[in-house]
Amino acid sequence: MELLYASCVGLLVACGIYLILRGRTFPVVLGLTMLSYAVNLFLFSSGRLNINQAPVLGQQASYADPLPQALVLTAIVIGFAMTAFVVILAIRGRADLGNDHVDGAPRAKKGS
Amino acid sequence: MTLLWIPLLSLIGSLLASLTGKLNRNQSAVVTAIMPLACLILVISLAPTVLGGETLYASLPWLPELGVNLSFRLDGLSLLFCFLILGIGLLVILYARYYLSPTDSMPKLYAYLLLFMTAMLGIVTANNVIQMWFFWELTSISSFLLISYWWYKPEARKGARMALAITGAGGLALLAGLVLLGQQVGSYELDVILNSGELIKNSPWYETILVLVLLGAFTKSAQFPFHFWLPHAMSAPTPVSAYLHSATMVKAGIFLLARFYPALAGTELWFVLVGVTGLTTLLVGAYIALFKHDLKGLLAYSTISHLGLITLLLGLDTQLATVAAIFHIINHAIFKASLFMATGIIDHETGTRDMRKLNGMWRYMPYTATLAMVAASSMAGVPLLNGFLSKEMFFAETLHQQMLGSMSWLIPVLATIAGALSVAYSARFIHDVFFNGEPKDLPKQPHEAPRYMRVPIEILVALCILVGLAPGISVSPIIYAASNAVLGGEVPDYHLTIWHGFNLPLFMSAMAVAGGLVIYSQRKYLFQFQSSLPSINAKKAFDGFVLRLMGWSREQILRIENGSLQRYVFILIFTALVLAALPLFEMHHLAGTKELGEIDIFNALGAVLLMIGALATLIWHRSRMIALIMISIVGLMTSVAFTRFSAPDLALTQLTVEVVTIVLLMLALFFLPQRTPKESSSLRILRDLGVSSAFGVVIGSICYAVLTRPQQSISEFFTANAKTGGGGTNVVNVILVDFRGFDTLGEITVLGIAALGIYKLLLNLPLFMRASDGEGRPWAFERHPLLLASISQSLLPLAILVSVYIFLRGHNQPGGGFIAGLVTSIAFILQYIANGSNWIRERFDINYRKVIAGGLAIAVMAGLGSWAFGHNFLSSWFDYFSLPLVGKFELASAMIFDLGVYLTVVGATLMILASLGKVTAEAPKEKVGQ
Repeated sequence: MELLYASCVGLLVACGIYLILRGRTFPVVLGLTMLSYAVNLFLFSSGRLNINQAPVLGQQASYADPLPQALVLTAIVIGFAMTAFVVILAIRGRADLGNDHVDGAPRAKKGS
Repeated sequence: MTLLWIPLLSLIGSLLASLTGKLNRNQSAVVTAIMPLACLILVISLAPTVLGGETLYASLPWLPELGVNLSFRLDGLSLLFCFLILGIGLLVILYARYYLSPTDSMPKLYAYLLLFMTAMLGIVTANNVIQMWFFWELTSISSFLLISYWWYKPEARKGARMALAITGAGGLALLAGLVLLGQQVGSYELDVILNSGELIKNSPWYETILVLVLLGAFTKSAQFPFHFWLPHAMSAPTPVSAYLHSATMVKAGIFLLARFYPALAGTELWFVLVGVTGLTTLLVGAYIALFKHDLKGLLAYSTISHLGLITLLLGLDTQLATVAAIFHIINHAIFKASLFMATGIIDHETGTRDMRKLNGMWRYMPYTATLAMVAASSMAGVPLLNGFLSKEMFFAETLHQQMLGSMSWLIPVLATIAGALSVAYSARFIHDVFFNGEPKDLPKQPHEAPRYMRVPIEILVALCILVGLAPGISVSPIIYAASNAVLGGEVPDYHLTIWHGFNLPLFMSAMAVAGGLVIYSQRKYLFQFQSSLPSINAKKAFDGFVLRLMGWSREQILRIENGSLQRYVFILIFTALVLAALPLFEMHHLAGTKELGEIDIFNALGAVLLMIGALATLIWHRSRMIALIMISIVGLMTSVAFTRFSAPDLALTQLTVEVVTIVLLMLALFFLPQRTPKESSSLRILRDLGVSSAFGVVIGSICYAVLTRPQQSISEFFTANAKTGGGGTNVVNVILVDFRGFDTLGEITVLGIAALGIYKLLLNLPLFMRASDGEGRPWAFERHPLLLASISQSLLPLAILVSVYIFLRGHNQPGGGFIAGLVTSIAFILQYIANGSNWIRERFDINYRKVIAGGLAIAVMAGLGSWAFGHNFLSSWFDYFSLPLVGKFELASAMIFDLGVYLTVVGATLMILASLGKVTAEAPKEKVGQ
């Protein structure tokens, strides 16, 4: 199970990074979103994988680690704020610059 | 703590001086002088103790973790410099009152001058080297302000910039040296460092430390080859030059040498570096001074030369040489300050400082001329004046050294030559200016200066004579105390008397005077020779160097920073990859010892779906709508994973955030192209695939390594104390609102800031609303289908009820402010989707900015509330109550905090989406843009 989980995280990271390296804003936003999922899952995994051990007292004998969960919870919300900010920035950039390339303009082709 | 007042009084004086704009010039000068005078009285009151051989200390913690304290000391050397700084400073204040024209701002000059005084006093009284460096840099900055006082003159600006660049660069070297020094010794306190001379000299870093510290000292004291900034600093007003270049700024470097003498001196390297630099500077300065036509230029180079002399003395390996150095520090300060002031008078009353025009001034200003001639004779080393005494000691000490081995006899010879040159330029100063015929086309009719403008010079010249005639009673005690501090208690016997009998030093003095007069009388030939040499313009060379350096830097910056964000991201990611991957190669086993879990069918199914979603997003990322739908699968599977692995709070949060994110991105797509053009070359795709898969492998491996190792967590504390300390059974929520409440406060603040940023970004957005979608179909105008509208309206109260429930139970069951806030937001977003923002605005006209502000305010108040009860910020309180019908329930102050979180989340989310949605609603219906 650990191997499967780690592979999922790795795949998400790879896809996220690839998308972040694209030249247009929207794929970059998608990439950032995907990377946030990966990072959240990764941070969460530092509490190890526990089944049926929700950290709510009085329901079972042992509990999953609540600390990574608390960290990730706020990370999810902040991640949303960041994604929102970036995507609005992309819209603004498109509106002001007339294109949606991350460099502000697509690279000039050779000879032109 | 009296010592603290020495720089503090002067600093207060600087502030006072800056406030005297409304007063007339006399009042301004008086107000300015109060604090330095008080400071001088304070120093005088402390003087008997220090002269008695004691060192005073005072210390306050500043950054104790870094070993940096605000600590002061007053020993003989500090005392001497305090006297010079304050005494000459007061005379300069008086002098500047008459020097400045009514159009110049008096408070500005006085404020800068006292700021500079503060910095100098700080250097000389510091007992912590970092603190000393701080004041050292302050002198660089305040001298920049002083030199550029006449900021409208280009040469003043250039001169100030050059001084700042050179002394600032030296300051950085000094900082490096001092930090190294502190690390070797283990303390930044000066008294510890001064007592660890042996340790430092045996350290492998000794050479580096010495060179760095000397760089700081030499740049400040204008030692060759860093001397060229000093003549250009002469574009400052003359009172400033009189202060900076006699007693203070340039003496700071000398002070540094003297201060660190016990810790750094005594080695071969010290004598070679300090001695040779001093000797070179002595000769070069004296030689160039002879050819300057500008009076201040002559004085500038003579200053360089005298600084070289003092440096050379400190570089000679005898204790008497050090005593002579200290003596000459005093003498040079006195005669050079008076000469600068006399020059200022001449400039002021004639309008020029050019010695080719200034002749025969004796007739017009006999009084000033007499004073200047006495001071210049002292500079030349004429007997019965103070300059003679220290110069004689200097000559004597050049005879007692072995610096150059068998060639050491060169040093007394060169010293005599330098002495002759100094006599020659002093003679030129006297003869050219005050005699030698009639003045030639002066801009002004020369006359004697105002009475009180001459007072400072009179005092200084009187001191020249007093020290020259009776050195034993006038300066001997302070020289003894200062030498004591520099030499660490081993002061040799010395006799400050006018007459030592016929000996070699006297002969050298005589040779110097005779040689100097010969040189001066034959100057015509020398000038011809000099004019045949190619002229070196230091300013041009410096400016050229700076320009080349800036050009080179710009080129390098453009090479690295070419404006392509795509490229920066790649560099960033690649660096992160390398840094993250390297430690993995040092690990022996990736897998740990923990027992692995079984893969069941649900986990496998979830993982497969997640992977398919991720890969599909990647493959179809050009068709943006499809990619968006695919990525929502990934988000959904992530929240399923949280559910599966015992994190119900996370699952709820992820699910609600997912909804909001996808709605937001869909809205965003309306403003962005629907498709991504194919741009990347195959090579780039290959490169990116390589980097991203490597990154995935590295992170996956780290994740696996973490997962397979047994866990050691600090969480047991939280689990154990959640109920008893925080009053809740949902540990995650208790951590958020109680244990780590301060973090949460920070996070909701960030959320609020992001929302405000988005609000500003969307204001006045130029519209790019297209008439049709990507395939050319016109937009549907029935934007709000009836079915959705009616269902969503009836859902709203229900959804709000659910969010209240989630909020209330959050402390004990999965839920809480974050999740409840997101649920409320989704309910409202649904209304926006179903009915449009105009519909919403008619019904709930909510200002989301106020909601965010209110939420943050409530959260902060909840935190501050605990102060009222004498607890730490954000400590929570809870108790159980019972009401009829409701039964027993709990009230916790943390819920107030959670309410703040709730409001901020609602406000921020809705503001983000509503701001964007509003833009579409307001867009004109006809074709715009594209």
